[in-house]
Amino acid sequence: MAPSPAAPLLQLRNISKAYGGVKALTDVDFATGAASIHAVLGENGAGKSTLIKIISGVTRPDAGTVAFEGREVAFATPQEANAAGIVTIFQELSVMPDLSVADNISITRPPRRLGLIDHRAQRRRAEELLARVGCEDINPIERVRNLPLSRRQMVEIAKALGRNPKLLILDEATSALTAADVERVYGILHKLRSEGLGLLYISHRMHEIKELADTISVFRNGRHVETFPTGTRNDEAIIGMMIGREYKNVYPPKPVRAAPPAPVLEVRNLGWVDRLHDISVTVGKGEIVGLGGLDGQGQRELLLALFGVLRGVEGSVEVEGRPVKPGSPAAATRRDVGMALIPEDRKTEGLMLPMSIGDNISLTALRKLTRGVVIDAGAEKSSIAAMVEKLQIKIGSVADPVATLSGGNQQKVVIAKWLLTAARILLLNDPTRGIDVGTKQEIYRLLRQLADQGTAILFYSTDYDELIGCCDRVLILYGGRVARVLEGEAISEKNIVSASFNLAASEAVPAEAAP
Amino acid sequence: MIENLRLRAAQNLGPLLAFGLFVLLYCFYSVLHPKGFTVDLFVQNSNETLTLVLLGMAQTLPVLLAGIDLSVGPLMTLVDSIASEVVHGSPAEIVFGILLCVFCGLVGGAINGIIVVYGRLQPIVVTLATGAVFSGIALFIRPTPGGEVDGDLSWVATNALSELPATYGWWGGNPPAWFNAISGIPMPIVLLVAVVVFIWLPFKNSETGRAVYAVGSNEAAAYMSGVRVNRAKLAAYTLGGVFAGLAGLYFAVQTGSGNADPIQAGTYTLNSIAAVVIGGTSMLGGSGGAIATIFGVFVLRSITFCFRVVDSDSAIGFLANPLLQPMFEGIILLLAVCIGAARVFRVKNRLNLFQ
Amino acid sequence: MAMAENPISTAIRSIDRPVLFAAAFIVVILIVGTAYTLITQGNAALLSPTYLLLQLKVSAFLGIVAAGAMLVILLGHIDLSVPWTIAASAMLATAWGGAGAIPVGLLVGLGVGVFNGLGVAFLRIPSMIFTLGVNVVLRGFMVMLTGGFSPSSEPTDLMLLLAKGDVLGIPIPVIIWAVVGIAVSFMLRRTPLGRYMYAIGNREGAVYLSGINTRLVLVAAFAMCSMLAALAGLLIAGYSSKAFQAMGDPYLLPSIAAVVIGGTNILGGSGKLSGTVMGTILIVLLQSVLSVMQMPEAGRQIIYGIVIIAMLLAYGRGSRLRL
Repeated sequence: MAPSPAAPLLQLRNISKAYGGVKALTDVDFATGAASIHAVLGENGAGKSTLIKIISGVTRPDAGTVAFEGREVAFATPQEANAAGIVTIFQELSVMPDLSVADNISITRPPRRLGLIDHRAQRRRAEELLARVGCEDINPIERVRNLPLSRRQMVEIAKALGRNPKLLILDEATSALTAADVERVYGILHKLRSEGLGLLYISHRMHEIKELADTISVFRNGRHVETFPTGTRNDEAIIGMMIGREYKNVYPPKPVRAAPPAPVLEVRNLGWVDRLHDISVTVGKGEIVGLGGLDGQGQRELLLALFGVLRGVEGSVEVEGRPVKPGSPAAATRRDVGMALIPEDRKTEGLMLPMSIGDNISLTALRKLTRGVVIDAGAEKSSIAAMVEKLQIKIGSVADPVATLSGGNQQKVVIAKWLLTAARILLLNDPTRGIDVGTKQEIYRLLRQLADQGTAILFYSTDYDELIGCCDRVLILYGGRVARVLEGEAISEKNIVSASFNLAASEAVPAEAAP
Repeated sequence: MIENLRLRAAQNLGPLLAFGLFVLLYCFYSVLHPKGFTVDLFVQNSNETLTLVLLGMAQTLPVLLAGIDLSVGPLMTLVDSIASEVVHGSPAEIVFGILLCVFCGLVGGAINGIIVVYGRLQPIVVTLATGAVFSGIALFIRPTPGGEVDGDLSWVATNALSELPATYGWWGGNPPAWFNAISGIPMPIVLLVAVVVFIWLPFKNSETGRAVYAVGSNEAAAYMSGVRVNRAKLAAYTLGGVFAGLAGLYFAVQTGSGNADPIQAGTYTLNSIAAVVIGGTSMLGGSGGAIATIFGVFVLRSITFCFRVVDSDSAIGFLANPLLQPMFEGIILLLAVCIGAARVFRVKNRLNLFQ
Repeated sequence: MAMAENPISTAIRSIDRPVLFAAAFIVVILIVGTAYTLITQGNAALLSPTYLLLQLKVSAFLGIVAAGAMLVILLGHIDLSVPWTIAASAMLATAWGGAGAIPVGLLVGLGVGVFNGLGVAFLRIPSMIFTLGVNVVLRGFMVMLTGGFSPSSEPTDLMLLLAKGDVLGIPIPVIIWAVVGIAVSFMLRRTPLGRYMYAIGNREGAVYLSGINTRLVLVAAFAMCSMLAALAGLLIAGYSSKAFQAMGDPYLLPSIAAVVIGGTNILGGSGKLSGTVMGTILIVLLQSVLSVMQMPEAGRQIIYGIVIIAMLLAYGRGSRLRL
């Protein structure tokens, strides 16, 4: 049964696939073996998703062959691929929130008794699988809706393992995980590898891949560029392969300041139910202040509290010396406050996907663009055009639905709609999640440019590199409190990680011992 | 264990609340009733309740899918009209008639499902249109109220269980002791338990039944997880049609005749939606169920019953004014749905309001 | 179905398809009806200006209701309290009488609409449920008011004039419908309020996070919907020369049907008023021609239902981007 080392577990030959006239994959040869972790890298549009869709039976190639375990296969549906032993964890979570954890894990082919679902056996099965991913703390009868995002993703992984995969594909599967969970997932993946599974791993996070993968394949513009063992190429070379040019100056230089800038946003002793405690932070004119720490330590809540979304927020907020108390985003965006929030999930919180690019961009600024009761069509059109130009959003026409854009360009539309309001305080909630390297770079440059023009920026990121590269100061949150403030040279990976686990920089106290 | 119980209670808060409200209202009613609680009263109340219970169950399935079925009332009247033509005659003819009625309900539901699934249209407009068609066919079959339903069947189905052997002469007039112990249970309750035990529970615990919940909860995720989405939808609408057919059948049996009145059909549809909501099934799909809806109907009906027994000379006598009753019924319906709105004021993160 | 592959339909941009389909179908109805009258009566009565103007006039009542219903449907909601909003406004207006009748009727509509809007926007109760309850309460309220004593159900002279009069041969209800239509269409296309309505219909959370007071938009839409229903109620009372309890019942489902036949997405977010206008005319004409052809009520219901599904299958499928 086990494939010999010579014959790879999965072998793609001369695969091509086009959508309409656009070539997504061109003549791709690709192979991956059992008992290995194989990372696939590439910018958005490089063809990674199409590659995965073909392997997992979501779409079929126009030309070429797929062989699995030495036999040629042509899956018509994801179920067929599952049955053959190829299981995919897609980037968009595929859990059903109203169903219990156990129901989710055994959603297809549940254990049965007398033809009906055997709930007790199903619960035991869930307990076993959750234990396998190190999540014994999740109660199988809990509804998935009540779990935080990172736990849901662990349920997703348990669900995939329950299908006994021979080849497990993880498409950005760790994007929502907390650092502790990521460690756990790495442990699981290494264990699965030692059990002989083939693992295909797609991620935008470079340092994850370095730590994890045995082999790396780079894709660009629908072509397979190169496959090489991890450690044989440095970061610059890999990124160069991905973007097809020299990779340098990812982050724009930080300004050197003699004196601290005038404060724009001053937050004192902010608290909210049991999620935020006694948070004080000042963001000066032209400053980029980072929020870091493990995921789910109150960073999102802090941004939402400032933006008026949360109810029952304590403490004081001042904008340019004037106390403000936004009770709604409408109040937070008023001209005398001038906040803007790039939300966590652009698809559900940032955009109206079926509406046009233009309508999405001008939404926040309609009041400004109105003469009497009528929208000034000319002013609207020129404002939109200016934003498309400024952010270099790649579009066919501003009348196209925003859903037709790639993730990176969609995020640019979200940013554009706030730039139109000329906000003086910009709150960003993990804005580069699931975005390709090229667009990320553009966003970093834009943030610095906005800061240089006087905008105060509060920037939450789950990516340490970003915090190190972009921010003038970084607050590490832990359990809803500011655990540490890092500034200047102190913003380093080592400090961020130790503060994230609430360890003092020098001592090595285990994380559990921390309060 | 305690933790699991707490979880389950929290997950079923809506139905539990509805059940509590029903118990409260029905006790109030029984106490106020001049004759107090009697078997006859219980039988009479059950008769008036079963049709809407079955129709509420019919509505529950599409709602679980995050859809809606505006054709349940018309489908019920259609089957009611058919029943008034076929459910009489020899025992074989009656059995055939009953099966035909259920089958017609099934076909009606399946048509809804097929158009929704393969026509890729929104259920609300599809069922709006098929509802008109069902109403039209019902009017063809029964232009004026009337028709005939087997008298023995009507008698048995609307009385206590004891009448079953009495009418059909089982056990030679001497039922065994175990039967006498349960003979006071109204027949509608027996029928309801049978429907729940033999249709609803097996369906809910089947893979297809759970797929209905999965699709209602998140259709895209269900598809990605390998759930047979189309089959789940077809099954839900078809089973909904079966329940609507059973409702029409019982309505005909209970009234002993057929009536294709489209306005009555509309009222029943609206009440079925109200019952689903009061029972605690989410209009957004994925949570709730037929049992919850049964409690919802019980609450709705108890309210109506209560109005009947209010003493017009008492302090709350104004409630007995027949002119005021429709308004109070409406206000109570509004209040009931407003109870569910209490969560709005407890929500600490306003983004949760938009999900 | 087969109609989806119609070469004419594929040649025309999908955005205008509902309007064109409805227009084409209106022509088909007129041709079939005229063929029938030519054969049975030897005349083309359906093509006479008198008949067509009468149909437009009847359409005006439904059209005004449908224009309001469309606003609420654009937001992804629905208003089931329309029947008794129509009846309550007309009955209270006639009971009040005199010069105050029309303002009272419209105020009733405003009140009901704001109440609906508050329930949906602030209590977040699903509109289908809340407006259903409001409809029942309104019915109960009117039963209470009219049951004890019999208030006047006679429309005022002004109501009679607005419903039955004409200017230069054009019935006044048609003129009112046109004014309402132009105003609603202008609001939707050219004002921020209209843009917010489309946006909320697509993704209310995103609009809220864009700093827009979505609750006010919801209340405004429900208020406009109910006021238009009230306006229609006043006209219907004038046209029938009395206000009565069941007068609103025949308008709820046809108005929703007119909106969706006209291409408005029942889930909200997209749709045009021109489509709703065409949908309204189609439904009124269909009903009228079927009754001219002496089709019994049962047959009319069946054809009506089949037409709605056929029209939607022809162009309503997958009109929304699903992700």
